[in-house]
Amino acid sequence: MPKFVSVEEAAKLIPDGATVMFGGFMGCGSAHKFIDALSKTGVKDLTMICNDASMPGGPLGEEYYAVAKLVHNRQIKRLITSHVGLNPEVATQSMQEKTLEVLLVPQGSLVEMIRSGGAGLGGVLTPTGVGTLVEESPLCLGKQTINGRDYLLMQPLRADFAVIAGAKIDKAGNVWYKGTTSNFNVVMATAADTVIAEGEELVEIGSIAPEDVRTPSVFVDYVVEGGKY
Amino acid sequence: MDRSQIKGFIAARVARELKDGDVVNLGIGLPTLVPNYLPEGVHVTLQAELGCVGVGVLTDENRDPLHVVDAGGSPSAVGPGGCFIDSSTSFGLIRGGHVDATILGGLEVDAEGSLSNWIIPGKKMPGMGGAMDLLVGAKNVIVAMEHTAKGKPKILNKCTLPYTAVHCVDLIITEMGVIKVTQAGLELVEINPEFTVEQVQAATEATLIISPDLKPMV
Repeated sequence: MPKFVSVEEAAKLIPDGATVMFGGFMGCGSAHKFIDALSKTGVKDLTMICNDASMPGGPLGEEYYAVAKLVHNRQIKRLITSHVGLNPEVATQSMQEKTLEVLLVPQGSLVEMIRSGGAGLGGVLTPTGVGTLVEESPLCLGKQTINGRDYLLMQPLRADFAVIAGAKIDKAGNVWYKGTTSNFNVVMATAADTVIAEGEELVEIGSIAPEDVRTPSVFVDYVVEGGKY
Repeated sequence: MDRSQIKGFIAARVARELKDGDVVNLGIGLPTLVPNYLPEGVHVTLQAELGCVGVGVLTDENRDPLHVVDAGGSPSAVGPGGCFIDSSTSFGLIRGGHVDATILGGLEVDAEGSLSNWIIPGKKMPGMGGAMDLLVGAKNVIVAMEHTAKGKPKILNKCTLPYTAVHCVDLIITEMGVIKVTQAGLELVEINPEFTVEQVQAATEATLIISPDLKPMV
């Protein structure tokens, strides 16, 4: 059974220097309330694994949307991601000030690297990135030819924490996602030592049909109620 | 043609490459105009790498920017018969060859069919997002872009910027013509009647093979 805690209590779990996966894609499916709380704890030197660095200017007029807050607060020192083009602060911190290390990985490789980390596999062989700078990435372990086609061996990714978000979480900790919010949340829930799940709504057991559970409770360690965001 | 007319002209020509029933992924910018020009009777399933199969029409009623967005983070919608999937399934679909066509822009394309569009070293490093996977996985890769950038050719002998993927492009469609990537090189198969072959070649660094069956691009 996961523990049900406040967002503030959950945010305090994350120490300086931790590696944290954040679900969400341009803020869609991000644990908004938890990230707000984390941005106020002052925790720093985080390695963030997230599809993107989100953006300033959220849909509800937020100055910094989702993980863009953590970048803006300079709480991230290393970022493993597929896209940072919509958050200009990443370029400032990484290219000009050189205070942020950015490792870019193709999106489809990133999700499988996380999946393999969570599924006990030794990495991913993917044709994506062959002949490109990805071959030189520290996350690329080499090249192999299988049946005449070249593949890159990408290392599995795990984290100390994964922070995921769903529209509904039941009292056992099962998660249901709405719309395009499942994105990276589903794989990240499998690939961290401690998983913190934010639900917009916490519901009774049985409210989510067993067939509709996308992240089973056994992956979830802490549940926080985000409320309607 | 002004720039918006050019974009419409290119998008309309791209639309004629799509077949009824195709699963199609559209890049940001110009490619998003393509569905407006689909010929009558051609219905395609739009796939968004964020995790939507069967992207629909966004209305005031279905708008839900916190839960349904496109790959650029803008509000999007699912259409009738569509569904939502997670990123692993979405990229499995892309890499696994289940996408019939991907349409995207490029900074540079070269005679070997390689494309660069994700990084300008030292200046811009937005990241590749899903582009590398799409180029490697889609059955048909169509680059839709303006022929030149500030008068400089974008269709080169060899890309100067880091590759997004190598030997991946099938067709290049610009306001000047339609160019097929072949083993022998780039073949001009259609030309916009507003231009001469010499003008198209002058705007292209790579040497074009002129199709013996060169058709007007309309």
